[in-house]
Amino acid sequence: MTIKRGLSPSVLPVATMTVLLLVVWYAGAAWLNLPQAEEALTRAGKPFGFADLLTQAYSMKRPILPTPDQVLTELWTSLTSYAPTSPRNLLFHAGVTAQAALTGLAMGVVLGTLLAVGIVYTRTLEASLLPWVIASQTIPILAIAPMIVVILGNLGFTGLLPKAVICMYLCFFPITVGMVKGLRSADPLWLDLMRTYSAGGLRAFWSLRLPASLPFLFTSLKVSVAISVTGAIVGELPTGGQAGLGARLLSGSYYGQTVQIWAALVMAALLSVLLIAVVRGVELVLLGRGGAR
Amino acid sequence: MHSPSPPHASGATVRQAPAAPIVQAKNLSLIYPTADGKPVTALSEVSLTIAKGDFVSLIGPSGCGKTTLLRVIADLERPTAGTITVEGLTPEQARLKRLYGYVFQAPALYPWRTVERNVMLPLEIMGLSRAERQARAREELGRVGLAGFERKFPWQLSGGMQQRASIARALALKPDLLLMDEPFGALDEITRDHLNLHLTQLWRGTGKTCVFVTHSIAEAVFLSTRIVVMSPRPGRILDVIDCDLPRERTLDIRESPEFAAIAHRVRDGLKEGHSYDD
Repeated sequence: MTIKRGLSPSVLPVATMTVLLLVVWYAGAAWLNLPQAEEALTRAGKPFGFADLLTQAYSMKRPILPTPDQVLTELWTSLTSYAPTSPRNLLFHAGVTAQAALTGLAMGVVLGTLLAVGIVYTRTLEASLLPWVIASQTIPILAIAPMIVVILGNLGFTGLLPKAVICMYLCFFPITVGMVKGLRSADPLWLDLMRTYSAGGLRAFWSLRLPASLPFLFTSLKVSVAISVTGAIVGELPTGGQAGLGARLLSGSYYGQTVQIWAALVMAALLSVLLIAVVRGVELVLLGRGGAR
Repeated sequence: MHSPSPPHASGATVRQAPAAPIVQAKNLSLIYPTADGKPVTALSEVSLTIAKGDFVSLIGPSGCGKTTLLRVIADLERPTAGTITVEGLTPEQARLKRLYGYVFQAPALYPWRTVERNVMLPLEIMGLSRAERQARAREELGRVGLAGFERKFPWQLSGGMQQRASIARALALKPDLLLMDEPFGALDEITRDHLNLHLTQLWRGTGKTCVFVTHSIAEAVFLSTRIVVMSPRPGRILDVIDCDLPRERTLDIRESPEFAAIAHRVRDGLKEGHSYDD
């Protein structure tokens, strides 16, 4: 068996998986929605066959599990029928969530890097700080998110900042872990070289340790950006917010609008993918030429 | 008191006396503490004088302290006993004044910098102007035959070219003293021959003092004016052999009887230190 040149070798496996996933999804939707569909048709009082039953199960207004085509239609309608500034357009909500996620990510990168620098340069900080950093990640975000919202709300901060703080709380950890490793990744010979140049600590940091850590930073960033989106969505839940993908999920679940929930979920996934792609793009531009190692 | 310096060494020192010593080591010892409580003696009572313009090779089997001695000269290690001066200063002062260039076993180029910017790094740290940095980098890269590769990244170069770039980087500091730690050890023999020829021409052309660590007898005899034979456990100097071949050398010289005679003495010296024991 040969694969044609130009056709990426991953196309076939990915396509196979996609088809499999769709089959399982449609089967699951039928299985979960059939009882409801049967009930509805019985209530209507007309005789019906299996085909009618399946059509009904795949076109319910509030299915237990909507079909992929229902979700995509909902997504498409939302994106094309309303202005991007309208709360009925998912782009608007994605934008609100992205804003919080990116603000939180930026704060997380600053916090994570500062912690890493402290840990790498100060032995006592490694012993005293690292356990707390790890402990902070054992607390479920769902438990601490409402506390953050309440406390910051009490201090007069509402809207973007509480959400960004929740994102930061999730983001800084991979950054710290990655940067500690990255800042220590400089080859001993590279450090000796700095010594032969009688370079100071600050110079060794800027010209050696920091650039050496960048590949590690970008690996961490790709993890952080995805969990930052999650954090922003979680942060939008307790605020009962009117905007953001989290608010959209919440209102969907209030009214049993499962199709709306799934559309928001797909949007959130697309947002994460987009942000990871952006990080990857920046990485390529910044490290691409020297990074082929 | 038993001096580790054999008669040849003192003879050489006397003959070279008019030239000011650039490195002078007296009774250097370096003992590493180890976890299992048995300290390792990396250097034991090492005395050595290196005159300006010399090309001195340190040769011996692994663990004989040749790299350690070079690192002591460079102030990358501190001796536990004895004294050493580099250009009349302590090694630390010499390092702080950037009086030497160091070439490591591996090229140790920073992969995120182009070849040129790697060579410019020490000059950046010295605070030279951008124009001067670039001019010097171009000059030194040209000297090692890497003109036209300034904008390449290290991974785009062969191992031999990378090591040449690292030599250019050491030369960019314009040091009088060049310390080289098995710079060609990881290269194939053809590249090695080529770089040896290059290095001897460079040394002759610049009049620098070189201290060169190697475990290749042929390389040591080909390059050196003096060969320091070392032995392990504890690391010490067995013999210092004058290598009075003409300063102008081509690879053909390795076929000459004079070359063979010196190589033979080096091999005898190494044998004496039981370097060929298992």
